[in-house]
Amino acid sequence: MLLRELELDLDAFEGPFDLLLTLVLREELEPADVDIAAIVVAFVERLAARDELDLEACGEFLVLISALLELKARALFPDEEAELADLEPEEAAEELARRLAEYRRMKEAAAWLAERLAGEGDRFFRLGPAPLGPRSERRLAPQKAEFLAEALRALAVPPPQVSIAHMALRFPPVSQFLERFRAVLRRRSRFDFDAEVEGLSRVEQAVAFLALLELCKQGEIALAQASPFAPIRVARAGQETTVEEERTTAWTARSA
Amino acid sequence: MDRPLRLISANPLDQLARTLEALLVVASQPLPVEELARAADDDAERIETALGLLSERYREGRSGIVLEKVAGGYAFRAAREAAEACSRLVERPLERGLSQAALETLAIVAYLGPVSRPEIARIRGVAADSTVASLLERGLIGEAGRESGPGGAARYRTTPLFERVFGLESAAALPRLDDLGGGEAEIKDRLVSIAERRAG
Repeated sequence: MLLRELELDLDAFEGPFDLLLTLVLREELEPADVDIAAIVVAFVERLAARDELDLEACGEFLVLISALLELKARALFPDEEAELADLEPEEAAEELARRLAEYRRMKEAAAWLAERLAGEGDRFFRLGPAPLGPRSERRLAPQKAEFLAEALRALAVPPPQVSIAHMALRFPPVSQFLERFRAVLRRRSRFDFDAEVEGLSRVEQAVAFLALLELCKQGEIALAQASPFAPIRVARAGQETTVEEERTTAWTARSA
Repeated sequence: MDRPLRLISANPLDQLARTLEALLVVASQPLPVEELARAADDDAERIETALGLLSERYREGRSGIVLEKVAGGYAFRAAREAAEACSRLVERPLERGLSQAALETLAIVAYLGPVSRPEIARIRGVAADSTVASLLERGLIGEAGRESGPGGAARYRTTPLFERVFGLESAAALPRLDDLGGGEAEIKDRLVSIAERRAG
């Protein structure tokens, strides 16, 4: 059955649809937290993937999801729930009559206002914001010079030094790696970047990579990489390997 | 000339009336008696007497300017006989195009305010968002706090401008809600008889 297989990945819940329903019915999961639209989307996607219309599953889903929706709506508006549902027919008629009467009164009040407006349409008066702001009296509490001094003293204290020790990053300068890579290339015509920086810290590796980019920019080296995340090959400028060659080595390395 | 010429008014009440005239001319909204008393630096009782003098002087048929008691205060307005001329000079855009929905919403806010948008929607049975927004924009209603609890809906009540536009002395000048036809008993009887006919 399609429904039983429906796996959900929501903010509030992860697992099969059946379990979700059970948890909601047992009141272990707040229906208000359940994103119903996301369930519908998941179901429709599932349906599309199957490429065949399972009417029975669709019907069942419709019934269950509407029940869930109703539960959620009730949970969201708890006060409304008690208002009409639990009333006896007699009380319900009274409540309905009360509401209708309330509205009728307001309609009549609106009619009265409309009539009034028509009668007062020839009263012209000046409108708009007051051209002069109203005068307001400022009342200050009795002040003493000592209060001011006290307030200033509080301001004069230098604020405590905030420690940024935990933020300090200690890493070697880029130039150190520039020298190191140049030295390697004097000995060998090409090397593997990953192998060269192996065992270094993450930050050091990042600095080493910056040095690599710098060398590349200067035109001292050529870089080659067969595919994303494949080893980066560094070669002295003018002695770069072709991508074709690189692919073969990458392939060999992986199959080895 | 049977009366002696007076350079300075011997009657201090007359002088107070002139002060009030001046205050009412510079104000762009109705001034309550207390505010007039504060500004004129005089006591409320004398202000009322002076306002009585002014009301007689500035009344329909006697002056182009009329003193009216509106929106909980006193304000000058144009005489009705000058309305046509006034309408050629300016218009009253505030109430133009007030829809039935807007009037109903206005009535609900006027009678039940402070009232929130969901409450208005419950009474009228339709969403009140756009009508409330348009009434807010016209300045006929304003925000008046929020419902209690986190995320409480904003509540609205009518503004002094509403009373002024509708020419109401105060909110109390609205007809009593009980006098407006509700007919609860009658509606209920009708509902019951419909139900019985269905059942029978």
